[in-house]
Amino acid sequence: MSDLLRRTALTLLAPVSAIVVAMIITSALIAVSGGSATDFLSVIFSVPENRLIVNMINQSALIYMSGLAAAIGFRMNLFNIGVEGQYRVASYGAATLAGAAIFPGILNVIIPILFAIVLGAAWAGIAGLLKVTRGVSEVISTIMLNAIAITLTGYLLNKYGQHVGNGVRTTPIPESSHLTGWYPFTRADGPVWTLAILAVFLGVGFWVVLNKTRFGFDLRATGLSETAAVASGVKVGRMVLYSMLLSGAVAGLIWMPAFYGAAHSYGTAFQAGLGFTGIAVALLGRNQPVGIIFGAALFAFLNEQANRLTIETDVSVSVVQITQGIIVLSVVVMYEVVRRYRIRLEQRQVAEREPAPPPAPEEVPA
Amino acid sequence: MADAEAGSRDAVRLRGITKRFPGVVANHDVDITIGRGTVHALIGENGAGKSTLMKILYGVQRPDEGTITVNGDDVTFHSPTDAIEHGIGMVFQDFMLADNLTVLENVVLGAEKLRGIGDKARDAIAEISRVYGFGIDPDVLVERLGVGDRQRVEILKVLYRGAQIVILDEPTAVLVPQEVDALFDNLRGLKNEGYTILFISHKLDEVLAIADDITVMRQGTTVGEAKPGSVTEHQLAEMMVGSELPSPETAESTVTDDVLLTLDGVTLTDERGRQLLSDISFTIHRGEVLGIAGVEGNGQEELVETIMGIQAASAGTVSLQGKDMTEWDTRERREAGIGWIPADRHRHALLLDSPLWENRILGFQTREPAVRGLWIDRSGARTDTERIVREYDVRTPGIDTLSRALSGGNQQKLIVGREMSNDPILLIASHPTRGVDVGAQAAIWEHIKTARRKGLAVLLISADLDELIGLSDTIEVILRGRLVAEVDPQTVTPQQLGSAMTGGDDDEEGAA
Repeated sequence: MSDLLRRTALTLLAPVSAIVVAMIITSALIAVSGGSATDFLSVIFSVPENRLIVNMINQSALIYMSGLAAAIGFRMNLFNIGVEGQYRVASYGAATLAGAAIFPGILNVIIPILFAIVLGAAWAGIAGLLKVTRGVSEVISTIMLNAIAITLTGYLLNKYGQHVGNGVRTTPIPESSHLTGWYPFTRADGPVWTLAILAVFLGVGFWVVLNKTRFGFDLRATGLSETAAVASGVKVGRMVLYSMLLSGAVAGLIWMPAFYGAAHSYGTAFQAGLGFTGIAVALLGRNQPVGIIFGAALFAFLNEQANRLTIETDVSVSVVQITQGIIVLSVVVMYEVVRRYRIRLEQRQVAEREPAPPPAPEEVPA
Repeated sequence: MADAEAGSRDAVRLRGITKRFPGVVANHDVDITIGRGTVHALIGENGAGKSTLMKILYGVQRPDEGTITVNGDDVTFHSPTDAIEHGIGMVFQDFMLADNLTVLENVVLGAEKLRGIGDKARDAIAEISRVYGFGIDPDVLVERLGVGDRQRVEILKVLYRGAQIVILDEPTAVLVPQEVDALFDNLRGLKNEGYTILFISHKLDEVLAIADDITVMRQGTTVGEAKPGSVTEHQLAEMMVGSELPSPETAESTVTDDVLLTLDGVTLTDERGRQLLSDISFTIHRGEVLGIAGVEGNGQEELVETIMGIQAASAGTVSLQGKDMTEWDTRERREAGIGWIPADRHRHALLLDSPLWENRILGFQTREPAVRGLWIDRSGARTDTERIVREYDVRTPGIDTLSRALSGGNQQKLIVGREMSNDPILLIASHPTRGVDVGAQAAIWEHIKTARRKGLAVLLISADLDELIGLSDTIEVILRGRLVAEVDPQTVTPQQLGSAMTGGDDDEEGAA
């Protein structure tokens, strides 16, 4: 029991100390640059308004899915930096399809979502194929595919989209396809989007596939030791392709709750940057489905609270990005420290057990 | 050199050394006296505390209790730099050389202040090499050197830094018998020049051949001292383990007529067209152990990987029980009943950061009891891991322990137990007892012998010639990717085998 307690404490040690360190450094930076650190801290740690709580939940869901998408690759030592491009291409494609309103009712939700999955997977699959067949590092190819995705969707949107005022957008979906969601407070505080539930399904699915299936075992084994995986009969090339496809498929879903819940068209309402947030959150959550929940919630919390900085203090909103950056950096360092400590702990336990030859009792040194 | 004090006739004296790690006492009450100008052997099983003691003497770790006296002076080392200043140098088991640098560059690396990096240094190295008969050219690239020469470069590095006391950690582990003889000649040369050698080993015949004094360690402490003239291998072994040494010898042949594995003209060519394996053909029958002898790096790894389907043969066929499996992938070969104990267990056989029971699944991802259908069978895998832990005597607090935390011997027992699961018909065992203590070694030999009696075919690759001769029914010698000789383990001696392995002109005609 105390063992369990110690393990839990160890697990929490890294993120908690990282947050503390990040807050201290951020406060120091604000103070040095002439701002008021106490203002910053009091805003960040104030109780959020209902409206912001709703936003936090919605944002957590999007960030969480992005974190999962990145984590699938990370678990296999695949650095899929391309979640950003994958969900952008998928979001544009799904929005265009849904906007065309070819399918009636709920089908106009399901089919575009499936399309988003396919597009995300395909976009990631390009990087997977390049890696497997040509040995191109997925880091390079996904970064380049991000740039291509931005330009491509921009071009297509400009060419085929609706020009409204200064903006361009895809055709908005019919009202029958809106999936607004559930209002936990008043209507003015906004809804928690229906499709935010996708995050829950994906989280559970991720956990089950990774921990309970042969495929998940092969994937984890490849990430832990590629040489051992090969020796055990895993075809690493195939695993690389599969996990890139999976990663992209999840990425395709990232923006769907916002699209059906609020935006209704792809254009200025599209929320960019979630793909990169996902990478940080996956790191923060140690690529574990439960850990990523906390990471996503923390980032969503900080983002929303930061919006109030401009209104209530003279501290810049960007400060919060410094905080997030430091959290990620220090958490990576702390995880390594904790990991080594854990190994030492285990080795000690083994050593306590090991020298157990018959004539032991009287010779145990204090 | 006139030593005023009598005590300073001893190069090193360790008194009452105790080193505790949290929860473990690695060394306690260690007393060793090493006379100047002698070769002193420190022997003991893996885990007896030799390495910790050497780290203490070399300043890597500080003892909790006890004193270190070097040349009559009490010393406290905070780092290896302090040890080097007192004339203590260490040659580690794993060479620490940069392949793409020359001998000169490797030697001066980190010691640039001594004699610079130019001609002065070159002359000094050439001089040391000449005096002690190392035969090392300072300007040759290290990648061109063989294992024996690399070791001499390591020793050279230590001498160059002015060491008078040289610690050698298991220096013969990587050498063939001929190279061992050459090393011993070098060590005797050093001894005659007044150097003190501390020689760590668990090979008793070598210790008896080279040492002036022997200290035996067991369970973290020194349990006895001996002089080579007055002690037998048998007695030393008993001091080391507290019981008798096991032998790999198999009683009677269990070879049958059923052909199990056949390699026919297997050739492996790398992308640059070099032949790593040339026209390898052999047959293993049920119940037969085929040993492959050879200096490491002569194609053993490639041979194993070709049989396992990790590398695809460029020509030739591999068949299992008459079925051509040349085109099968690794998983299909494993499913057909091939177990594999790889040479590098950390790289190829374990997920170090996963618990033992997950390691049970590795290599068995498609077979019960580890999995059921597409799902991992957690309870099945755990139960079977517990069986392995029990039957193979894996010392662990539990099956949730990370495999990294186990000692090498226990990791190896787990691997052997796993690969023997699901009744394999062929076992490929590369260095199955390397880095494993005597107790685990005996257990592993026993498991192989038992399985062999039940009809298991074994391909055994080992650098331990005694093991090879003791366990094998037939021995093939591999040299530069070719099978160059077949020898009868009943009649061959390690010396003859060593000659065949190096392709040397044998003085005795042992190999056909």
